[in-house]
Amino acid sequence: MGIIRTEDLTYVYGEGTPFRKVAVDGVNIDIDEGEIVGIIGHTGSGKSTLIQHFNGLLKPTSGKVFIDGEELFADKSRLKEIRFKVGLVFQYPEYQLFEETVYKDIAFGPKNMGLSDDEVDRRIKETARLVGLKPELLDKSPFELSGGQKRRAAIAGVMAMEPKVLILDEPTAGLDPHGRDRILGLIKEYHAEKGTTVLLVSHSMEDVAKTVSKILVMNDAKVFMYSDRSSVFARSEELSAMGLTVPQVTKVFDRLRAMGIEFQDEVFSIDYAKGLVLRLLEEKRKNLD
Amino acid sequence: MIKDITIGQFFPGQSVIHRLDPRMKLLITVLYIVMLFIAKGFSGLGAGVIFMLIGFLLSGIPIKMMLKSVKPILPIIIFTGILNLFFITSGNIIFEWKFIKITDNGLRTMAFMAIRIILLIFGTSLLTYTTSPITLTDAIERVLSPLKIIKFPAHEIAMMMTIALRFIPTLIEETDKIMSAQKARGADLESGNLIRRAKALIPILIPLFVSAFRRAEDLALAMECRCYRGGEGRTRLKQLKTAPRDYFALALTVIFIAAIILLNRYSPI
Ligand SMILES: Nc1ncnc2c1ncn2[C@@H]1O[C@H](COP(=O)(O)OP(=O)(O)OP(=O)(O)O)[C@@H](O)[C@H]1O
Ligand SMILES: [Mg+2]
Repeated sequence: MGIIRTEDLTYVYGEGTPFRKVAVDGVNIDIDEGEIVGIIGHTGSGKSTLIQHFNGLLKPTSGKVFIDGEELFADKSRLKEIRFKVGLVFQYPEYQLFEETVYKDIAFGPKNMGLSDDEVDRRIKETARLVGLKPELLDKSPFELSGGQKRRAAIAGVMAMEPKVLILDEPTAGLDPHGRDRILGLIKEYHAEKGTTVLLVSHSMEDVAKTVSKILVMNDAKVFMYSDRSSVFARSEELSAMGLTVPQVTKVFDRLRAMGIEFQDEVFSIDYAKGLVLRLLEEKRKNLD
Repeated sequence: MIKDITIGQFFPGQSVIHRLDPRMKLLITVLYIVMLFIAKGFSGLGAGVIFMLIGFLLSGIPIKMMLKSVKPILPIIIFTGILNLFFITSGNIIFEWKFIKITDNGLRTMAFMAIRIILLIFGTSLLTYTTSPITLTDAIERVLSPLKIIKFPAHEIAMMMTIALRFIPTLIEETDKIMSAQKARGADLESGNLIRRAKALIPILIPLFVSAFRRAEDLALAMECRCYRGGEGRTRLKQLKTAPRDYFALALTVIFIAAIILLNRYSPI
């Protein structure tokens, strides 16, 4: 059994009003520990609603959620404990910064966990390094940072709680390409260093493709599929029917394969594509010689 | 969740009452209140009930909504009722027990007051149910605009009301989001004594204020970029126009007021 498991999870907004909306509909998933998973789906497909169940912020209308084998809401007094196991970074997390200094803001979560001052200090230093915030920034007011720095400070605030599962809702929304790569890079690094489970919610296939190994596709409140990258992208036509696009490089290389060029690799990123093209050209030249 | 609170009680529709000119509706509501206060007896109040019923039936507002509007005032109605019942000692005694004395006058005043308060609430609710908040502030601005001569900022006040109304749902949504986010960081909002709970609000209020100020600044800038510079010389997308039905409604109101004055005179029960 994985670290996150759901059984027929259903959530309805505004039950009994004219605005009734089924946002998550009969979801059964099982995510293994240590996995890095992308959650993707068109806008309004229920991604944000789904992930808010994983740390008990929303209570299922019906169905069950298990974290680390323990059922959420079975025992209300355990809820806070479980909440510390699952760190949730909301969309635009910089709007939740409130302390006088970045240091104190990152400390908010760990302090709520009741850790010792030394331990809190160690975690702040470590996560600040991980997200690439220079030590001198820690004493500044969070409101003086740039947009990208704010975002990284807010992410650090959740990472410092060292959750067993880290969930990020659209962490790259509203950033420029450089800021986007930086956030995705640090998520990858965090995963590599800590080996904990990471869930990354995104609109963008390109972002997800370069970062994760498995993908959960949501469509109209239901799970369309949960599988590794290449089997998801293999169904590119169905994906585009639901408004999602396979990364452009992947499309280009699928076309090349269809045109009869032979290679084994699955291509998800430009860098990888560049290496592959150079290698194929090299082989071709050798064959000609 | 906080979101379930309904703010603004507009109930959209296409009835005659909905389509009346909001300025006229405002004026009629004021006249209706006057009507209720000049009525001296039950016969006059009865005319008020009929007037209210005409408006209610024409508006197509469900009776449930009307009853809901009285609910918050119920304690006041009961409280004044009890006061009237026990403290009016004139008239014939109906019931006496130790120091408690209930008279027919007390009973009558209780019923009279209760009906009057309920009619007041029904009438004003009918106004807010059938007029969108934005239209209503627009009408208030028009009605108050003669006061501009004495430098009363009618336009500014109406604009402030409009903006406040527009941003209430946005701020509620935002509060909800920030609360979730801080809860995810282990913030405990539900337990502890009063001081601890007040302290627990800091992580919610600060981001909320910061974003409200940011929004206000953005909005001000956006308005200036579109050359907004106050009410002077501004034209409107939606011109308020009075139609024959507005004058008809006004005439009806005046007839009712006259009827009540006559009833006061000749049938003052
Ligand atoms: N607080 C709420 N009240 C009522 N309905 C809501 C609420 N939050 C979301 N919904 C509805 O539930 C559905 C799923 O919303 P959700 O936020 O989970 O989508 P999403 O996949 O995260 O979308 P996006 O990519 O735009 O963030 C949407 O149709 C939305 O309108
Ligand atoms: Mg979302």
